[in-house]
Amino acid sequence: MESYGKKATRNGYGDAMLELGRQNPNVVALCADLVGSLKIQGFIDEFPERFIQVGVAEANMMGIAAGLATAGKIPFTGTFANFSTGRVYDQIRQSIAYSHKNVKICASHAGISLGEDGATHQIMEDIAMMKALPGMVVINPCDYEQTKQATFAIAEHHGPVYLRFGRPGWPMFITGEHKFEIGKALQLSEGSDVSIFATGHLVWKAIEAAKQLETQGVSCEVINIHTIKPLDEEAILDSVSKTQCVVTAEEHQILGGLGGSIAQLLARKMPTPIEFVGMNDKFGESGTTADLLEKYGMDTPNVIEAVKTAISRK
Amino acid sequence: MEIQELQKMASQVRRDIIRMVHSATCGHPGASLGCTDFFTALYFKVLDHNPKFNMEGKGEDMFFLSNGHISPVWYSVLARSGYFPISELATFRKLDSRLQGHPATHEGLPGVRVASGSLGQGMSVAIGVALAKKLDGDDKLVYCLTGDGELQEGQNWEAMMFAAHHKVDNLIVTVDWNGQQIDGANDDVISLGDLPAKWTSFGWEVLHMSGNDMADVLKVLAEAKAATGKGKPVCILMKTDMGYGVDYMMGTHKWHGKAPNDEQAEAALAQLEETIGDY
Repeated sequence: MESYGKKATRNGYGDAMLELGRQNPNVVALCADLVGSLKIQGFIDEFPERFIQVGVAEANMMGIAAGLATAGKIPFTGTFANFSTGRVYDQIRQSIAYSHKNVKICASHAGISLGEDGATHQIMEDIAMMKALPGMVVINPCDYEQTKQATFAIAEHHGPVYLRFGRPGWPMFITGEHKFEIGKALQLSEGSDVSIFATGHLVWKAIEAAKQLETQGVSCEVINIHTIKPLDEEAILDSVSKTQCVVTAEEHQILGGLGGSIAQLLARKMPTPIEFVGMNDKFGESGTTADLLEKYGMDTPNVIEAVKTAISRK
Repeated sequence: MEIQELQKMASQVRRDIIRMVHSATCGHPGASLGCTDFFTALYFKVLDHNPKFNMEGKGEDMFFLSNGHISPVWYSVLARSGYFPISELATFRKLDSRLQGHPATHEGLPGVRVASGSLGQGMSVAIGVALAKKLDGDDKLVYCLTGDGELQEGQNWEAMMFAAHHKVDNLIVTVDWNGQQIDGANDDVISLGDLPAKWTSFGWEVLHMSGNDMADVLKVLAEAKAATGKGKPVCILMKTDMGYGVDYMMGTHKWHGKAPNDEQAEAALAQLEETIGDY
């Protein structure tokens, strides 16, 4: 699998929103003073009446979104992942999740890859918070095209969704031929020695690791779990029954992320050696995306090492 | 309903509140009793609403309760308006009931459109609905009730700033200004300061109401309605007595969240005429 250029996942969100605005008159975009970051100026220019600027007031934004959904609109909230989750968890819990509101919580600048802004903004706990809410769908697309596809898909899904994407330019490798379906894993390569389940930006790291491992005679099955909840249990169990060992890779705390969901599934249905690539119970710091992923253990060599360890534990 | 009938209904609703909270052995009678006249006027006179409940409420006035702990008064007026059978009031706070301790949509109780109880969230939701009504060209109004202690939550002030800036003038927010909260008087816990000046300076049209005088409740709700559509959101500062109608519950915060025992319930019911029939 090759990359055909670079674009940020957040651009996928912005481009999809403009298209969604044209397709569905019920779609409403909200933003908490981060229009440029969320790439939604195109939507605003074409549909000013369906854009709501809430200012730096994320709690109010979540409540307004719940109200819009109550009255039949499909609100998409936009701010950074940190302010989309931790800052407003109770508003999401009561007014959106418990109340079954059709709100799409769209969160940019997730993870450590946002870089120089530092740990105040590098949320690595958001998947844990959101997947713990009953009824919440949690999606972390891996590149520009998949973020676009996911944005279209969540508009069609009735119910609360957390859509997580990021800031940096990132390799594009998903094409129109890869069909996106909420809750359906996407197999990117076939292999027999190890299953690598990856989400978000680290899918590309998993692909790079698999290529290098292939030259060393290790056959990797790379599966993109874009939907962390609901988890595609069938696809995971099918792959693991063949490979008998697992590596998970995500730009998130290991505690409470995709790896935890897969480990819980396997512990119940198919106990298997499993290694976790992710943030290991630390806060990040300022730096470039590449330097941070390397320093905090979420880079290609970390995936390779985890694969070797997992295989050795079979 | 005319004023005498509304007063009779209010007496019955107060009996419902006492009986529900007594039966559940917990709940929040104080502000429920204080807001009974307001709820009765709203549901039996003011709102253009349809008890054949529809979540989206298109073409209807819609009400949102932010201070969800006063669920007993809301459940009583919803049941007595025909949203669900009044016999269901007996299930309040009990297992498998649609009448949760704090209002929720989860069990599908007709009349409730969003969960509330964690304070400070209702006004934002009401604003969202009001914006949707504007997008849809629906000229009906959105009403919201908040507590006064609840205004200590910062989200309210975000909502107030937003509603003025975006000219959400199809919204009427009423504050139950009884001056009490769980730990004591507002002024002893965290003073609200000059509340009328605060709302005014945030850009709202501010009205005052004596919330336990049915004639004044009707008058001010009519004035509030007349004040909508003029570019400003409307606020009613409603003075009430917590526990109104039951002498030993009045003038104190102590009955904010406490159920009467058997003797106390009997003493309370003796002060409230059964006008329409208990559930």
